[in-house]
Amino acid sequence: MGITQILFWILAAASLLSALMVVISKSPVYSVIWLIVTFFTISAHYVLLNAQFLAVVNIIVYAGAIMVLFLFVIMLMNLNKETEPQKNRWLKLIGAVAGGCLLVVMVAALRDTDSRMAQLGSGNIGLIQNLGAVLFKEYVVPFEISSILFLSAMVGAVVIGKKEDSKVVDIAGDEAKRRVAEARESMGV
Amino acid sequence: MKNLIALIPLLPLIGFLINGLGRKHLPKGVVGIIGSGTVLGSFIISLVIFLQGNFSATPIKYFDFINVGSLQIPFAFQVDQLSTLFLLIITGVGFLIHVYSTSYMHGEKREHFGRYFAYLNLFVFSMLLLVMGANYVIMFIGWEGVGLCSYLLIGYWFKNIDYTKAAKKAFVMNRIGDLGFLLAVFWIIAKIGSVQYEDVFTAASLDKLTPSDITGITLLLFLGATGKSAQIPLYTWLPDAMAGPTPVSALIHAATMVTAGIYMIARSNALFVNAQVTNTVIAIIGAATALLAATIALRQNDIKKVLAYSTVSQLGYMFLALGCGAYTAAVFHVMTHAFFKALLFLGSGSVIHAMSGQQDIRFMGGLKSKLKITYLTFFIGCLAIAGIPPFSGFFSKDAILLSAFEHDKFLYAIGLLTAALTAFYMFRLLFITFNGGFRGTEEQRHHVHESPAAMTLPLIVLAILSIVGGFVGVPEVFLHGGERLGEFLSPVIPTAHHTISHSTELMLMALTTVIAIVAIVIAWMRYRNYKEEQNGALGKLLQNKWYVDELYDSVVVKPINKLGVIANHYFERSGIDYLVNGVGRLVNYGGRQLRWMQSGQVGSYVLLMVISMVAFFFLQFFLRK
Amino acid sequence: MDIRYYIFLSLALFVIGIIGVLTRRNAIIVFMCIELMLNAVNLLLVAFSKMHHLAAGAANPTAGSEAQLFVFFIMVVAAAEVSVGLAIIVMLYRNTHSVDINFLNRLKH
Repeated sequence: MGITQILFWILAAASLLSALMVVISKSPVYSVIWLIVTFFTISAHYVLLNAQFLAVVNIIVYAGAIMVLFLFVIMLMNLNKETEPQKNRWLKLIGAVAGGCLLVVMVAALRDTDSRMAQLGSGNIGLIQNLGAVLFKEYVVPFEISSILFLSAMVGAVVIGKKEDSKVVDIAGDEAKRRVAEARESMGV
Repeated sequence: MKNLIALIPLLPLIGFLINGLGRKHLPKGVVGIIGSGTVLGSFIISLVIFLQGNFSATPIKYFDFINVGSLQIPFAFQVDQLSTLFLLIITGVGFLIHVYSTSYMHGEKREHFGRYFAYLNLFVFSMLLLVMGANYVIMFIGWEGVGLCSYLLIGYWFKNIDYTKAAKKAFVMNRIGDLGFLLAVFWIIAKIGSVQYEDVFTAASLDKLTPSDITGITLLLFLGATGKSAQIPLYTWLPDAMAGPTPVSALIHAATMVTAGIYMIARSNALFVNAQVTNTVIAIIGAATALLAATIALRQNDIKKVLAYSTVSQLGYMFLALGCGAYTAAVFHVMTHAFFKALLFLGSGSVIHAMSGQQDIRFMGGLKSKLKITYLTFFIGCLAIAGIPPFSGFFSKDAILLSAFEHDKFLYAIGLLTAALTAFYMFRLLFITFNGGFRGTEEQRHHVHESPAAMTLPLIVLAILSIVGGFVGVPEVFLHGGERLGEFLSPVIPTAHHTISHSTELMLMALTTVIAIVAIVIAWMRYRNYKEEQNGALGKLLQNKWYVDELYDSVVVKPINKLGVIANHYFERSGIDYLVNGVGRLVNYGGRQLRWMQSGQVGSYVLLMVISMVAFFFLQFFLRK
Repeated sequence: MDIRYYIFLSLALFVIGIIGVLTRRNAIIVFMCIELMLNAVNLLLVAFSKMHHLAAGAANPTAGSEAQLFVFFIMVVAAAEVSVGLAIIVMLYRNTHSVDINFLNRLKH
């Protein structure tokens, strides 16, 4: 068993453990932290598979941007309490059993698939220069379309997150004006 | 020519549409003119066709009506001698009755007046379809159409529950007959593969039929005819049909619709000549109906009921002729009967009109002096129906009796007896109504008046026709080159040659006439001055119409009602209802039990999704291998 | 490395995500579990990509790169989804002062 195999097993155990902790943790903040750990282990898997571009993107996008967003939201709403209302015990059990059944069924089904190897540590398709070439040659249109997707998601997020009451905005404006006026007064202008 | 022929039924149809759709807006005068005018138009066209005289048995095809596989039923008319004769009767008598109606129905509200004329026009249209159709299917359309119009017109005063019941009775009775007709048509299609007259009546087609086929088809056709033409056992609807307005009784239930059965059998004579069994059945049923109805008519006191039973009796006569193979005689009697029976009905309508709706002859009497024209024309009608020479009824009835005499002496005897009874009850009616002293109320006495010209003119025309109508069929005995009607119809109906010597024929005629005159004299003696009749046992039996209605009620209606009650109770309530309600309750229960699944919570939906995913993969990977 | 180990690892991660979705009521955690499931799929895609690359060998030096691009696009979509999803959660919190998904039972009506 080479070093890569050992690394794989260690990483696999770490990602499973941290994923479990995401689900088990009582506090949302801990969950987020564990999820970040999970993402890091998955990125490590990518590195192991010599998919360095994705490993980097995974860390930047997921562990960096997305999880930070999650943390922001949790902290903004002050949800860092451990008093989450608990689901019905039976429903929880049924949910867990159903998930377990799915795992068992799938594993049992895929147990005797052909054994084929995945290339570890070598092969350079995952490098930025190769992926970039393919991305900007053959997949340039989807790439551009994804930018439109981002734009629309941004607009959507703003529209949804905006306070529905337009009066509130006005009041905020008044508030700002008042403050400006106060500041001017205090400065003696 | 083709378009002209199409106009004959189309005109009344147009009249029906205008009157029916505009009944709330058109004034009565316009409705009357449209209603009568369209029929007059048809009559004129028919007359033109008749006078041109180029009849042909080839159908005039307008369009494909049914075209399925090998079965082709075109919408086609056949204008030959037989249908032209019927066209003239229907449109001619129909026109007179329309004119009569404009006055008779004048008291109705505008809307109902329009409805009445719309129905009447629709009836004429259907009747024309019936006689003009070049195949059994078109005939059946008309057949059903006249049945419908008959129903609508009997129940014209639909607010009276008895009248609507009478209409329903007529409709149901007719349906029984119609079923027979329909089955016969199916049988013909199955065996011959065509319903066109020109195909069915060829020798080649008739060869395809076994004797039992022919007997079956003709018996079924005759069943249809018994329904429409009120023969035993389906005759009881016709007397009840007198619930309709009197002109309707004259047009539909005396002159035209009820003769549809005779037309149908005369039209199918090629089938019937080979069906001995059926002919015997027809002759016996015709004779029996004639006698039975005549006896019932002896003791009826409703002026229209007497005429109704007389109609049934005369129709029985016609079937007797058909059964004896004397198709010409039957058609001849249809024609003369149309004249004098329409006349009698319209006359009775005039009497009822004068008596402000009174129909019971026991409360009439002495109307002779007040209703001169009505009396005179009614008298002529009675003479015609009684068969007094030289009125029209004499010739046609004589032709029938002659053929019956040739065919079977017993049937002849019944016919003769019926003729005597006919003369007796008709003159009983006449004497009670018009002679003696007035027995109505004071109010009615003041009210009694002769009807307006629109009513008396048709009476006069029909009276003239009743006198001279018989001369188209003067037998050979009186006039060389007689039997013009038979000659005219010979392309459609093979002429029957009498084998009886002229002296016998003359003797038979004299016998009939003497018997009729004796009956009239007896009636004169008994009913000149009407007194309340004392009913013996027989009289009661007759007055209650041999209890046939009651018999049908207890034999057919009540058991079926009982069956219905039983079926309702056991099959419907505890069987089908239980099942249906059970399904409903099960679904309801299941819904209530399954309601927790639709909690509306996303979590539960995801859970169900996962469970079904497990099930799906399980099936996919383990069970389908 | 045997591809089956990657399959089983991904399956395990995926099922852990599913169990999280089924058992937790906090909308944010449910959302994170969905991200976990997406990542499990991504990992499997990359593993398959490398498997195909190895199988194609020198004949096709870019074999398997589509899968990695697919992962890239999944990340794009995930990022967009998160931004909208979190906006919805914020709105939910603003209206109900809770992020309990059991309040999202309007589907019943």
